[in-house]
Amino acid sequence: MVTNVSSFGRSGLFDWVVQRVSAVILASYTLCILSTLLLNPDMTYPEWQLVFDSFSMRFFTLLTLLAILAHGWIGMWTISTDYLTTRMMGGKGTVLRIGFQLLCIGLTLLYLVWGIDILWGN
Amino acid sequence: MLVSIYRYNPETDTKPAMQDVEVELPEGKDLMVLDVLEMMKARDPSIAYRRSCREGVCGSDGMNINGTNGLACITPVSSAVKPGGKLVLRPLMGLPVVRDLVVDMSLFYQQFEKIKPFLINDDAPPAIERLQSPEDREKLDGLYECILCACCSTNCPSFWWNPDKFVGPAGLLQAYRFLADSRDTATAQRLSELEDPFSVFRCRGIMNCVAVCPKGLNPTRAIGHIRSMLLQQAT
Repeated sequence: MVTNVSSFGRSGLFDWVVQRVSAVILASYTLCILSTLLLNPDMTYPEWQLVFDSFSMRFFTLLTLLAILAHGWIGMWTISTDYLTTRMMGGKGTVLRIGFQLLCIGLTLLYLVWGIDILWGN
Repeated sequence: MLVSIYRYNPETDTKPAMQDVEVELPEGKDLMVLDVLEMMKARDPSIAYRRSCREGVCGSDGMNINGTNGLACITPVSSAVKPGGKLVLRPLMGLPVVRDLVVDMSLFYQQFEKIKPFLINDDAPPAIERLQSPEDREKLDGLYECILCACCSTNCPSFWWNPDKFVGPAGLLQAYRFLADSRDTATAQRLSELEDPFSVFRCRGIMNCVAVCPKGLNPTRAIGHIRSMLLQQAT
């Protein structure tokens, strides 16, 4: 077994399941938004706001945000462990990989807080 | 026919180079790529490559032929090169070159060793042999035929990036060969050693391995079965 400390669930199986479940959530949300827009072609901004006033839509949006962040992190972690390695970049590979992963974690947390603020803030 | 061959001798060359050689092919015969290499070696004995059985059984002469991995001994020149085209021979990708078309297979064998490619059964051995039903035996078809030529693993980007961590299609095909064997009793242990993010899950399903396997095997399907077994065990 290959050990690691920076993957999402520290388990290939867990990450794999999360990627697939989150992909289903993202596809469902895309269909939901697209159908809302197609069924209401003349939607105004107040009507759009009304859609997001409902708890179910806010919850679904928050779930999608969490799905996109988990999905994105697993993808970015995979990219970093493919290309930003000592095998590919020499001695600086580890520093670059950790720096890149920290940047991704920072952005992920930023988007999470920002998204919650947009959905549930005043 | 013009043949472009990868040449590198670490004792004399500072870097690899492609060497163009004109080879006179006999009329009316469709030679195998290995035959062409033999003709070239007769003229220039310094050309290095591995070969043994010359009939696609030993897996020694895996190489990159016009961009696609394959066994030189069972790849006809006509299928590798368009009429009037050039035959381009390079070593298998992703492994260190020892000399010319000879690569160091250590990383490939280390991954193969990792999956414990032997039957594990701690039960007392029966008097004659461990029996298996014809149905259970059939489950090993398409798995046991692998000749370890490394054509699949060295055509897999996931193996190029992480040859020390990702088992690779050849190793995973053999891992499933023992997971699927009704006589093997180490299923849980084998699966627990494959569950990390690299060993199996670094496969992105691009199926290069299936496209190049000279024996027509399907490592991607075997990897899918391993994933399903891991999921069943963990849920």
